[in-house]
Amino acid sequence: MSLVGRRWPRSRRPRAARFARERAIGENGHVSLYRDEGVVLRTQKLGEADRIVTLLTRRTGLVRAVGKGVRRTKSRFGARLEPFTHVDLQLHTGRTLDVITQADTLRAYGEPLVADYPRYTAGTAMLETAEKIVIVEKDPALRQFLLLVGGLRTLAEAAHDPRLVLDAYLLRSLAVAGYAPALEECARCGSHGSHRSFAVHAGGTVCSVCRPAGSAAPAPETVHLMAALLRGDWAQADASDGRHRTECSGLVAAYLQWHLENGIRSLRLVERT
Amino acid sequence: MYEGAVQNLIDELGRLPGVGPKSAQRIAFHLLAAETADVKRLVHALVEVKERVRFCSVCGNVAEEEQCRICRDPRRDAAVICVVEESKDVVAIERTREFRGRYHVLGGAISPIEGVGPDDLRIRELMARLSDGQITELILATDPNLEGEATATYLARLVKPMGLKVTRLASGLPVGGDLEYADEVTLGRAFEGRRSLEL
Ligand SMILES: [Zn+2]
Ligand SMILES: [Zn+2]
Repeated sequence: MSLVGRRWPRSRRPRAARFARERAIGENGHVSLYRDEGVVLRTQKLGEADRIVTLLTRRTGLVRAVGKGVRRTKSRFGARLEPFTHVDLQLHTGRTLDVITQADTLRAYGEPLVADYPRYTAGTAMLETAEKIVIVEKDPALRQFLLLVGGLRTLAEAAHDPRLVLDAYLLRSLAVAGYAPALEECARCGSHGSHRSFAVHAGGTVCSVCRPAGSAAPAPETVHLMAALLRGDWAQADASDGRHRTECSGLVAAYLQWHLENGIRSLRLVERT
Repeated sequence: MYEGAVQNLIDELGRLPGVGPKSAQRIAFHLLAAETADVKRLVHALVEVKERVRFCSVCGNVAEEEQCRICRDPRRDAAVICVVEESKDVVAIERTREFRGRYHVLGGAISPIEGVGPDDLRIRELMARLSDGQITELILATDPNLEGEATATYLARLVKPMGLKVTRLASGLPVGGDLEYADEVTLGRAFEGRRSLEL
């Protein structure tokens, strides 16, 4: 269960520590041009024809950069800076935003995803989560990057129910961030076993002694499905039935929204197949 | 921060799309230096657009009456509807003189990350228009970018049971761009070469 990271109490989130760390690139003025690869998470219009592109990169972490003129239909790399595209980039460090000077497509996951609406909506929830879970700009987040690329590849291959791929990604992304839910022990006292209650606020399954008021009582199969998704056991996950998948999605969504205070907007629009 | 009236103007201008604080300040001081008559003309244009222009009750395009000019025109082919994101896309397509049918303006594209879902667009109105059986072809002319494609996919799936001919603009349009920036020739060609969607 190597994917299950440490659980941190809310007051000692690792994210807080990362905030304090100095930004490595950009503000010292020494590095002006750099190269990286990344996945485009989001684009926003800027002025007449530019876009602000948010990327999760392999080496630099979260980067917000300007793509100049990319909305003009004659742009050299407009299509390469669309969400879901895994690109090889060259950037120029700017005072407020970096500027993308070159972009080459490594893999365009958008094309297969956009042709399948449920897969597309699952994918957008993954992109939004990646941005909101990493939060801090220019702080390397290699495991989150690898997890996202792996998740998008699995989603695009269309071998599994997109909702399962999304939930697996969300659980693992939370685990990497230090918020893995307890699924095989009590989140409060640590006593081992398959406990019947799940308390989002407590951090996972809870025993009958520790069970806070208002805990959910999911089917044991649902908790097993969550554990299977967390450790990447697709054989078990694919064998699950719809009822438990739905219950699992509900618990994962509640758990994710609890940990990311700003919430994941696109989760509401994810379609079930 | 400036004195009341100037700062008010900067704040109001800064709320416009694509206008940052610096641009807002530049426009405010430009207006301050302009002739009173010029400023009054601008004010009049702003008030007039709010008072006179509304949205066509049929297609959602901007209109000065209950229905827009295109919906009122009997020479336009009522059997073909071209679905676009915004009114400005209607203008871009009209420039090509390639299309003689009618439009449906969605009011944007599906964008889960911005919290915009199918219910936030004029999709219910489109379905109501299609239900009378007069329409035989639906052209999906959403922007050739990811959100536009996703919206087209969603619509194609939604109308599939109705057995219409559903087409998408040909891929001569570069991906990632805005429809409004496509030149007339490219956009015209995209219309001619539109392909049926098999979903
Ligand atoms: Zn306990
Ligand atoms: Zn109209």
